[in-house]
Amino acid sequence: MADADEPEKKRRRVVELTEKMVVDGGDGHNCEWEGRWNHVKKFLERSGPFTHPDFEPSTESLQFMLDTCKILVIGAGGLGCELLKDLALSGFHNIHVVDMDTIDVSNLNRQFLFRGKDVGRPKADVAADFINSRIPGCCVIPHFKKIQDLDETFYRQFHIIVCGLDSVVARRWMNGMLLSLLVYDDGVLDPGSIIPLIDGGTEGFKGNARVILPGMTACIDCTLELYPPQVNFPMCTIASMPRLPEHCIEYARMLLWPKEKPFGDGVVLDGDDPEHIQWVYQRSLERAAEFNITGVTYRLTQGVVKRIIPAVASTNAVIAAACATEVFKIASSAFIPLNNYMVFNDVDGLYTYTFEAERKENCSACSQVPLDMHFSPTSKLQEVLDYLTESASLQMKSPAITATVEGKNKTLYLQSVASIEQRTRPNLSKTLKELGLADRQELAVADVTTPQTMLFRLCFTS
Amino acid sequence: MAATKASKEQKYDRQLRLWGDHGQETLENAHVCLINATATGTEILKNLVLPGIGAFTIVDGHTVTGEDVGNKAQAATELLQELNSDVSGNFVEESPDKLLDNDPEFFHRFTIVIGVQLPESTCLRLGSVLWSAAVPFLVCKTYGLIGYMRLVVQEHTVIESHPDNALEDLRLDQPFAEFKNHIQSYDLDSMDKKDHSHTPWIIVVAKYLEKCVFVCVLLYNEMFFSSLQCIREGILKNENGVPEDEENFEEAIKNVNTALNPTKVPSAVEDLFNSVQCNDITSQTLSFWVMLRAVKEFVLNEGNGSLPVRGTIPDMIADSQKFINLQNVYRQKAMQDAATVSKHVECLLQSFGKPPESISEKDIKLFCKNASFLRVVRCRSLAEEYSVDSVNKDEITSCMDNPDSEMVFYLMLRAVDRFYQQHSRYPGVYNYQVEDDINKLKLCVNNLLQEYSLNVNIKDDYIHEFCRYGAAEPHTVAAFLGGSAAQEAIKIISHQFVPFSNTFIYNAMSQTSATLQL
Repeated sequence: MADADEPEKKRRRVVELTEKMVVDGGDGHNCEWEGRWNHVKKFLERSGPFTHPDFEPSTESLQFMLDTCKILVIGAGGLGCELLKDLALSGFHNIHVVDMDTIDVSNLNRQFLFRGKDVGRPKADVAADFINSRIPGCCVIPHFKKIQDLDETFYRQFHIIVCGLDSVVARRWMNGMLLSLLVYDDGVLDPGSIIPLIDGGTEGFKGNARVILPGMTACIDCTLELYPPQVNFPMCTIASMPRLPEHCIEYARMLLWPKEKPFGDGVVLDGDDPEHIQWVYQRSLERAAEFNITGVTYRLTQGVVKRIIPAVASTNAVIAAACATEVFKIASSAFIPLNNYMVFNDVDGLYTYTFEAERKENCSACSQVPLDMHFSPTSKLQEVLDYLTESASLQMKSPAITATVEGKNKTLYLQSVASIEQRTRPNLSKTLKELGLADRQELAVADVTTPQTMLFRLCFTS
Repeated sequence: MAATKASKEQKYDRQLRLWGDHGQETLENAHVCLINATATGTEILKNLVLPGIGAFTIVDGHTVTGEDVGNKAQAATELLQELNSDVSGNFVEESPDKLLDNDPEFFHRFTIVIGVQLPESTCLRLGSVLWSAAVPFLVCKTYGLIGYMRLVVQEHTVIESHPDNALEDLRLDQPFAEFKNHIQSYDLDSMDKKDHSHTPWIIVVAKYLEKCVFVCVLLYNEMFFSSLQCIREGILKNENGVPEDEENFEEAIKNVNTALNPTKVPSAVEDLFNSVQCNDITSQTLSFWVMLRAVKEFVLNEGNGSLPVRGTIPDMIADSQKFINLQNVYRQKAMQDAATVSKHVECLLQSFGKPPESISEKDIKLFCKNASFLRVVRCRSLAEEYSVDSVNKDEITSCMDNPDSEMVFYLMLRAVDRFYQQHSRYPGVYNYQVEDDINKLKLCVNNLLQEYSLNVNIKDDYIHEFCRYGAAEPHTVAAFLGGSAAQEAIKIISHQFVPFSNTFIYNAMSQTSATLQL
């Protein structure tokens, strides 16, 4: 069929065009050609007045970047695609990419390593294939996995890690992982154990890029207040006094769906299923009509259900480019890296603001000291749980709390396993004294936001 | 075809939420010209092809070299086309100079022309042709770790600027008749607790404003602040002195300050009212100015000094009915005001023989809704920037007073252009040239400063650095500029969001940037 041939014809033509440019070089790498790295070499082989104090011009840096330097890209979406391309074209030929998602049609307006025919396939795999086939010599190894599925042996092999994630939880986990790799000799940080983390984020026309040297500069958790928690509509508004079309949509999603189970028992609302969205849309319209609310559209319905964040190619291109520049600077020592946070916004003209985010003394992730938490012995465990989830500096999702009571390790509360949740739920309404906890005692808290257990010291107030 | 339309909606969903279907339409009707398919050029075009511009044409007379793999006219066109089958691509294997010699009108057909890595002479020639033809021109250059953009457009109007933090238009300081009536319909003192705690804060503030109106003499700051205090106290306690703890009252306190911002025409809009285009309307005048003039007439007459009511209110604690009723009061007033503005538009159109349908109701409504946020961007021509008589000396010297200013890079780029004019090459391209070129470039710098009588000092370090760059076009800097320039082009095409004016410099060394007026 002609249609099926077209993409394949195009792909062959592209490979042909790329191959046309390849000339057998004389240095043993038959994917190199005269002048290929001229742009890059000027920065690696020439001295200059603004270079990093440690920089030594050398012809070996390019080989290091091409042969040895290993970069990990987290995310193969809007930022990830751009990062892979920028890094590959800048001379980094050993790259791994991790992404747990598959390709969706709505990705195609900016995630340019993917085509219509790739919808449904894993992003990491398709991205790696694309780069490997178009950029001679580049080797991208994909991992169709969650970042939490990989361990420290995996992460330890990289020189630099760049993140193009769309979730704060994932960022914090990555942050925590790199902090856990740090080695201290007699309290002194071994610089060899530091893996620089470059983090990019975008939303519509806004974005930011930051450089984190774990153990040395501000980490993700040091600046948690820069990521304000997502605001949800109050239940009473949704249930009894809607005013906006969004309230009507949340009503259909949160209250009608569980009650009416329109597609069967136990069938969870799938934002990617047009039939599900259509159902929510219709019920939202009915709800809105009841209250004379206008503005419910299919597009709005989808946006609310999936918590869609608008996105364009341009912002992702800018932020990924800034991140890739930092990777180059750090790998080559050619220039002093960004110190350490840049914000970008092109709604009105183009605006950037660059500043040094400061380390927080009592940062929950990188300060290495158990954090004090102050409660009266008559406070209930629920209050401790609320503190862990609601405090702006912690923002935990579903913390599991354990403590040593009378010499034994006791799980005070754990949400993620149903049976344990049931068993420990009564503890929430017991006081800390009733649970047998003592002043200055340590509590261990585990949560998705950190790969390592966090230690807190319980300080009783009178 | 219905199927294609649905799949386009899916594909473009994430960007449609930013510029809407009407914005997307302008993109799909646009024809973009890119001159020079270098790394920077192809990055810019990629970021325009992906969101679905109608068509592009690459003009590039260069042949393939080892450095720029797959970046020349035909190769680039094919590679870019493959990114999005909705877009048609064309190429012209000709240098822009040749085209300017033989067929300058070639460029008139484009919605915007983007010129990348152009030597100064070509840039100025092109600038002049495009200025006369009123075709927007975006000049881009990646030079080492520096990115440069220059927008050249005579007049660019923006109705939908989508400001980030817009103040609400609530008219609490001058309630219109229907709003006043609506406020009267509430009697807070006789309401039951449920109604009382679900009354919109706008009504609460309006009620207490009435009570305190005799002290609201806004001439004297002291009295103004004491009236705020009166409102706060009034809100916090009911008649029996029992403090209120209702959320809607808390919202009222939180919002009192901003709600009492005097309703007035923003100075930017006043400036537009006073401009020539607004006052000298002819049959050639663009609809933007016709509508603006109509709004001005409204402000001077029916509006009593105020713009048409915007018609939107923020969400607030309230029961559905009270909120919807209040919202409708504002909505209806907005519709009324828009209809009045429409009459003024009709009058104006008739006065120079144009049918009233030339400007649609929909457009007028959109215009009125955005009346506070209208923007017009005007850039000087390249000729003005480069002429000794009109160079912006003040901007240059005042920026150069600050040692961290990006202005030094602008001057270095100008000096490098001079070097190219003199030596037919850029400084430091080959290693053996670097050292000698430093002195040659320094001469160009001094020559530049002298010609424009610029009493500024450029450190030798920058001259050395620009020789070091050797006219390199590193990919990450090209990609940064690629994203930036593409979005500016989208702003020009869609007339949504505000373009920069008129020079943008990006410094990848420090990850800083600046916008300069040159």
